[in-house]
Amino acid sequence: MTQIELRGIEKFFGAVQVIHNLNLAIADNEFIVLLGQSGCGKTTTLRAVAGLETIDKGDILIDGKPVQHLKAADRDIAMVFQSFSLYPHMTVFENVAFPLRATRMSSGEVDKSVREVARVLRITDLLDKRPSALSGGDMQRVAIGRALVRRPKAMLMDEPIGALDAKLREEMRAEIKRLHVKQGSTTIYVTHDQIEAMSLADRIVIMHEGFIQQVGTPDEVYSHPANLFVAQFVGSPVMNIAEARVADQAGAASVTVGEAPAGFEFPHQLLSKLNGHSSGGLTLGIRPEGVLVRHDAAPGYMPVEASIIEPLGSFDIVDLKVGSTMLRARTKAGYVSGPGERVHVRIDPEQAHFFDTASGKSLGVRL
Amino acid sequence: MAAVRTSSEVAFNRIAIAAVLVATLIFLAPIYWIASTAFKPKELAVSVPPTVLFEPEVTPFVRLFTKRVQMQKAVDPQVYEAAPWWEKRIYDGGERVLKVGKDVQLSQYPDRFMNSLIVAVISTVLAVGMGTFTAYGFSRFKIAGEADLLFFILSTRMLPPVVVAIPMFLMYRMVGLNDSHIGLIILYVAFNLSFSVWLMKGFMDEIPKEYEEAALVDGYTRMQAFFKIVLPEAATGIAATAVFCFITAWNEYAFALIMTNRRAQTAPPFIPSQIGSGLPDWTTIAAGTFLFLLPVAIFTFLLRNHLLRGVTFGAIRK
Repeated sequence: MTQIELRGIEKFFGAVQVIHNLNLAIADNEFIVLLGQSGCGKTTTLRAVAGLETIDKGDILIDGKPVQHLKAADRDIAMVFQSFSLYPHMTVFENVAFPLRATRMSSGEVDKSVREVARVLRITDLLDKRPSALSGGDMQRVAIGRALVRRPKAMLMDEPIGALDAKLREEMRAEIKRLHVKQGSTTIYVTHDQIEAMSLADRIVIMHEGFIQQVGTPDEVYSHPANLFVAQFVGSPVMNIAEARVADQAGAASVTVGEAPAGFEFPHQLLSKLNGHSSGGLTLGIRPEGVLVRHDAAPGYMPVEASIIEPLGSFDIVDLKVGSTMLRARTKAGYVSGPGERVHVRIDPEQAHFFDTASGKSLGVRL
Repeated sequence: MAAVRTSSEVAFNRIAIAAVLVATLIFLAPIYWIASTAFKPKELAVSVPPTVLFEPEVTPFVRLFTKRVQMQKAVDPQVYEAAPWWEKRIYDGGERVLKVGKDVQLSQYPDRFMNSLIVAVISTVLAVGMGTFTAYGFSRFKIAGEADLLFFILSTRMLPPVVVAIPMFLMYRMVGLNDSHIGLIILYVAFNLSFSVWLMKGFMDEIPKEYEEAALVDGYTRMQAFFKIVLPEAATGIAATAVFCFITAWNEYAFALIMTNRRAQTAPPFIPSQIGSGLPDWTTIAAGTFLFLLPVAIFTFLLRNHLLRGVTFGAIRK
């Protein structure tokens, strides 16, 4: 049972504030992912929880007790580093046993614990090897083993699979998920990879320039991004963003983007939901799968010209010129044959997001 | 996969090997000369042209380790017959070994050699030890005026140490440090420390700080992390630094000559001082020099893997 709570954390590096009034409560057994670009403060936050970084203001509570003045060694937390940080002069066994050697555990118990962890992580065969003889994936298994062996109150992971190649990353992602389901421990995981975040997290914390942008389940941050930053950071391919104007047109709402001659048709209730925001400073967000494309004309569809087509195997991303802006649509593979082809496009109102352009905040309008 | 080598590459390779051979010969020539002279009969040491082939003998070493006097008349044949082989060699040279009762009087060489060993080993341990701690501090912590301090440390090497020999001598005499082991050790540590700090800082910077951070999170204090993680990782650097410090302290001549004369005198000023007694005895001097070369050679040989391996880190991704 471990809860971690961060209250009003502030951190400066010299004159630069890298964390602004950060508040976060993490429940027992929860898998929290801190997601953001490099320099957003996510790793600093993690290191502060670990005790490797001091904080200038606020409280870090583990099971209700403030720990910000405790040394890293006294917080009973384990950490996995992106660099793995395996000690080259020790065997895998000694690496995994290392945290236990700091305790008064008998060597018999150490041996038992190490072998148990090795069995779970499937690294038993590697115990006598040196880290330099291991593959990247195995190194990471060993690093995770070293973190797990002590049965710490919480696990902290700093881009643990960021250094691996794409295929191995996918494999280790699944492995980390399997381990968390099986072992269950409160985990804070830092990454800049939104796919990793989506697939692993119970809740994602999206950070930008030292501020938390949104905290929510993967579904919440994907379906209800709180602002333009989150909207564009989560999801691949990236969400289309365009300045939009909404007009009342013969019983329906018309949403115009990019100075296009005509608008996309939306249900009339959009007008009342937007409640005056239609006048200006409105930004439309639509994921590529919400941009519907067909060959023939149909009611509500607008004729446009396809420009660039990126085939991605199971689907294509097609750039469509709508007025002065480009909307990227996701189509079946090969649906649009080539650049220059005329197709018809519509925006699925149910998948549209609306943001205030000035603040970037979501207006919370969903149809 | 063996790549096909072009003829120009082969030619270059041969030239490179030849160059290395020539360089090696040039470097080894004086050492060969010292070693061969140490085993030569006395009269061949200064022969012109130089003798290359001769029957080696250990007489110079016997002379090196014993106190001798010239004999005025030939030795009594009975005494000669009763003498052990090494004493006969001395009689052969027209000298006799000095004895107190039955005990052979040893020369000062073993004492001077021990002095060298004591001073070089202790000063190396201190210089490398202090340098390692200092370098760790500079490498890992934010220190106000770090760059200035490092420059200041380096600046102690910016003029030849001999420049301060006279004031040092006066100060040492005032506080009673002249002709003492401690005095020499302090001097050599002072010479070597700046070098040791700078060299070790380079090695420390190469050790990722995540190693210690992992240990800190895993329940170790910084001190424990330093000894369990940083020191083993820095072994290569420590070995390299130790070799250089040892060589400097072992070979130091000027201060040893000025600061010591009896009790704490080291081998470098002692060996040439033997030239003065009578005709220069080059073979005995060569024998002393040859033995004097061995500790450095052995020390370097033992640490050669560390020196050659360079800095290898297998288990960290950057």
